[in-house]
Amino acid sequence: MKLFSFKGGVKPNPNKSVSTALPIAQAPLVGRYIVPLHQSVGGTPRPIVSVGDYVLKGQRIGEADGWVSAAVHAPTSGTVVEIGPHIIPHPSGLPTDCVVIEADGRDTWIERTPFDIDHASPDAIREYLRDMGIVGMGGAVFPSHVKLAVPKGKHIEQLIINGAECEPFISCDDRLMREQAEEVILGSALFGQLVHAGQVLIGVEDNKPEAIAALKAAQEKLDAPVAVITVPTIYPTGGAKELIRVLTGKEVPGSKRATDFGVQVFNVATVQSAWRAITYGEPLISRIVTISGAVGESRNWSVPIGMPIADLVALAQPKPESDGVIMGGPMMGFKVSTNAAPVIKSTNSLIVNAPGLFPPKPQELPCIRCGACATACPQELQPFELYWWSRANKFEPLEKYKLFDCIECGCCDYVCPSHIPLVNYFRFSKSEIQAAQREKQLADAARDRFEFREARAEREKREKAERLAKANAARQAAEAAAAASTPTPAKPDEGVPDLSSHPNQASTPIAVDNHPVLDASAKQAAIAAAVERARLKREQHADKAGSTAP
Amino acid sequence: MDNILYAIGVMALGGIVLGALLGYASTRFKVEGDPLVDKIDSILPQTQCGQCGFPGCRPYAEAIAKDEADINQCPPGGDENIHKLAELLGKEYKPLSAEHGVEKPKQVALIDEKICIGCTLCIQACPVDAIVGAAKQMHTIVADLCTGCELCIPPCPVECISMITVDATLDTWKWQKPGTKRVIPIMPVAPTTQAA
Repeated sequence: MKLFSFKGGVKPNPNKSVSTALPIAQAPLVGRYIVPLHQSVGGTPRPIVSVGDYVLKGQRIGEADGWVSAAVHAPTSGTVVEIGPHIIPHPSGLPTDCVVIEADGRDTWIERTPFDIDHASPDAIREYLRDMGIVGMGGAVFPSHVKLAVPKGKHIEQLIINGAECEPFISCDDRLMREQAEEVILGSALFGQLVHAGQVLIGVEDNKPEAIAALKAAQEKLDAPVAVITVPTIYPTGGAKELIRVLTGKEVPGSKRATDFGVQVFNVATVQSAWRAITYGEPLISRIVTISGAVGESRNWSVPIGMPIADLVALAQPKPESDGVIMGGPMMGFKVSTNAAPVIKSTNSLIVNAPGLFPPKPQELPCIRCGACATACPQELQPFELYWWSRANKFEPLEKYKLFDCIECGCCDYVCPSHIPLVNYFRFSKSEIQAAQREKQLADAARDRFEFREARAEREKREKAERLAKANAARQAAEAAAAASTPTPAKPDEGVPDLSSHPNQASTPIAVDNHPVLDASAKQAAIAAAVERARLKREQHADKAGSTAP
Repeated sequence: MDNILYAIGVMALGGIVLGALLGYASTRFKVEGDPLVDKIDSILPQTQCGQCGFPGCRPYAEAIAKDEADINQCPPGGDENIHKLAELLGKEYKPLSAEHGVEKPKQVALIDEKICIGCTLCIQACPVDAIVGAAKQMHTIVADLCTGCELCIPPCPVECISMITVDATLDTWKWQKPGTKRVIPIMPVAPTTQAA
């Protein structure tokens, strides 16, 4: 098959062999699992268990919120002891709501029933995958069922299964392809069937010959309609857009979707877990994690989602000088703020950091306009331009320079002779632009609400005036009518007050006049009383607070 | 002579045709409202707080467009908005005027529901209908709609409304700008020897 290539890219030391020698090991049970509810792009799942509930392994604990969202499940059997904010692995180090499960050690599965895919509609299959928590395992954690819905009028010519795994140190997909080659092949064929793909291509970088051999053997054995394609090792071939380029020659711009060009991409671990969900009824509750760096034993572990990173790292015998853990690889990873954070669906690799493992970032120097970053950029952007505008906080031109096409692969950082943290500048600009868009939306909504309120006030004023005018007219008409009927008997003795009609006539206007006054004074008294009550209440609160405080 | 008349005729005809065209264009492409006011209004933060001295963002935008108000009277918009307005209007940037207030981080109002007496005064004061409640019933603020204008605080007879700063969440968190201090380091290339 003819392969294409993308511009740029770099060739860092892969450092993969350290963790590929040993087979995948099953992580032992630990006492507590912290399962974040928000583990995919899109809506945050709503918890459907409460504190004190007993849950089984594989039981759904968070229900997908909307179409772009995916359910979360209990990784083991045990008791829910808390639903509250915990820190998760994220560059911000901020907490988010998690379900904490105290394991009972029995690891009892919920009843698993295979999904009858032959008698299910495509919508039902997608719904099932959403409820099984299947998301992109390559790192983007985008709900897979959404990507399986091919827009009307589009045909998927090539379905690409991404086994490139280009980032150094990471080998979880490599070991998975070696050990579960048949499941990967079956999963790929299944996804090909679901999107009616013309071709299913599994792209694997040529630095994984064992994985390629295993996949090819499995493909021949199963006679599945998929092709295993060896691609050259260049970072970042594992990026979805780069792999599309290499395998099909198609270039997908940032503003378009891959499906617009008849392509869709899934990670090998995603198709494998989706296949297991359909064939065995197993939800996504564990994943393979590479542990390497300053540890005694670098290898891949099959880890339940929610296992604290500290417990997992302890299994790998970290060296005494280790300081902190990097999630992801050295190119795109970030330092985890605390080892109490759990393993999540996007945790493909943990690198135990130690002084000397990675050379310290030298001091940032001024940009010398050498253009090395533009040569290395696989997205064919001009990082130096993006950098200058970002540094000057000028965000409008950045869209023209296609900032949002940047995949944050880090090639520009890698080649920059001035050691400028370019990707961090781009991330900063992206988040500033997104925040400004959010604020703009809120401001527009506030303007609409304000204008609606003004219009309503205007309308109420008008209606009140109309009502008043109508009432006045009615009163005048009544008075005129009364004047027309009463004068005849009253006329003869005008000097003598007419006792029969006058009190009635006099009392009505008095009552009308007095009513608002009475009402106002009563209202005032009520408000004063309420204020008094509230003050007493507040004082009581203050007293209580004062007495409880030391 | 004929030539001159001919030339005048052609010029007059041209004038009539072009004049008719312009007249038609001015009615056909008439812009309703003042586009400058809209542009200014879209920059303003729409808190409707009145700190600028005008009853809302739009009146302030109209005043700026008429050159009756300065561009530095909007504390919620802060420095960034003054820069944007200066750029839009081709005016000189000036710092936020102190008499109109100070720039604060984004806040939302919170009603202490234990103290609220249900007087509806705050509901009437809220410019964006972000407070829900009824007479003698507890009121509450819809935090997502609150612009942080603080207009509900003075009318409250029992002082049960407080302003709380909005913390970043995973969805609103922003990356920090990398260290911007840039110096050209001076490194000794040879050991310095003390001059005798």
